[in-house]
Amino acid sequence: MSKAVVDVPPKGGFSFDLCRRNEMLSKKGVQTPPFRKTGTTIVGLVFQDGVILGADTRATEGPIVCDKNCEKIHYMAPNIYCCGAGTAADTEAVTDMVSSQLQLHRYHTGRESRVVTALTLLKSHLFSYQGYVQAALVLGGVDCTGPHLHTIYPHGSTDTLPFATMGSGSLAAMAVFESKYHEGLTREEGINLVSEAICSGIFNDLGSGSNVDVCVITKGHKEYLRNHQLPNPRTYVSAKGYSFPKPIEVLLTKVTPLKEKVEVIEGGDAMEE
Amino acid sequence: MNLMDSSHSNPMSLCSQADSQRTLYPYVTGTSVIGVKYKDGILMAADMGGSYGSTLRYKSVERMKPIGKHSLLGASGEISDFQEILHYLDELILYDNMWDDGNSLGPKEVHSYLTRVMYNRRNKFNPLWNSLVLGGVKNGQKYLGTVSMIGVHFEDNHVATGFGNHLARPILRDEWHEDLSFEDGVKLLEKCMRVLLYRDRSAVNKLQIAKITEEGVTISQPYSLKTFWGFSAFQNPTVGAEGSW
Repeated sequence: MSKAVVDVPPKGGFSFDLCRRNEMLSKKGVQTPPFRKTGTTIVGLVFQDGVILGADTRATEGPIVCDKNCEKIHYMAPNIYCCGAGTAADTEAVTDMVSSQLQLHRYHTGRESRVVTALTLLKSHLFSYQGYVQAALVLGGVDCTGPHLHTIYPHGSTDTLPFATMGSGSLAAMAVFESKYHEGLTREEGINLVSEAICSGIFNDLGSGSNVDVCVITKGHKEYLRNHQLPNPRTYVSAKGYSFPKPIEVLLTKVTPLKEKVEVIEGGDAMEE
Repeated sequence: MNLMDSSHSNPMSLCSQADSQRTLYPYVTGTSVIGVKYKDGILMAADMGGSYGSTLRYKSVERMKPIGKHSLLGASGEISDFQEILHYLDELILYDNMWDDGNSLGPKEVHSYLTRVMYNRRNKFNPLWNSLVLGGVKNGQKYLGTVSMIGVHFEDNHVATGFGNHLARPILRDEWHEDLSFEDGVKLLEKCMRVLLYRDRSAVNKLQIAKITEEGVTISQPYSLKTFWGFSAFQNPTVGAEGSW
């Protein structure tokens, strides 16, 4: 007996099978778990020798801060870094994926990666998912053609800019950039301006907070300044410390060595290609 | 069966005639207003645009007006509701003048009156669709307050409405300080208005700055800000990747 309809495996893109189930559950009062978002301030600017990227370090799950010190500046290539705003899982996954694609491409071509390569890989991936992969990125790097800075939106559109901000704190950071940016900034001026913009986001936007991360990329050299500024120190720390009421007594000591299950043969044959 | 359902299902719904009697959405709107306290009084800035949805319909709308002897009112939001508020305030000031007792309503009193008007309209589900900035000086006391369309009101050293909340407030928080001189105050307001001009789609490059001190109100002639578009990334965005965008 042959079936009238052949089961075809899904070709790719999102599978919307569970949407009806989710709708039924939400009608019965089951709340969807909130996404871990990086409600964020991320910025980038081009200075005279390269690009500087900056980000805050707060990750939120709805109204709760779930990670006080997360890393939003992701590695793409030795000369390219990418800041991510939006759903944390999406930004991590998409930057990791393109980072490995770039590494394979480097092996294949034997050359340093170009920023436009990362840009095209990211934008085609995001476009094919029609905005469902909620990652808004600020991509910056220095390659053989010079310094580049781009923004990438969740639907796949991109911009090439001298300075860029994304995330919920983007307006506060953009206010700082629009009033203070000019071409030909030195490294110190650039880092100060980026820190100021991120601080503006941290203090004026509820979705951003904690510390400032900065990454400076120049020709042939990069510097990842993790927690470059900590403008939110813990002010009221208990001076007493903690003390346990009773001293801890040791009642019994027993040591069981784990038996080795693998035999290591020194100087064995190397694996064949 | 269907007819019976429709007549019984919504006994509380307003009929279409009643709907047109209350404000549902704004039509002609003004964008942000920014106000700061400075050494001698209050400085306020607003552009002169009146947008009709996404069209920039009116380009000479004065959104700041003096009220009585001691106050200055700036409004963003529905322009017709702003004109209605001016009408109410006209009446208020007139009755106050008719007492002819040497007292006049100061900015604090006008702010309080506006708060009550806005809140009561909101409670009747018929709001005046405005965010107001009220500044003034009386007997040497400077006053700067704001009222929103739902009646949220407070007083502060610097206020902003609309998009100014997101773009101007961070700059004002960082750079405002006590006893700004007139030039510094104007420079600060122009800095904020320039950012708004770049980043708010309903902003026009034609603004007025208003000053109120113990002596009285001065509203400047309309003028425009200088803008800069010469970044090298704007000249050739696809350098190094011909054919991309």
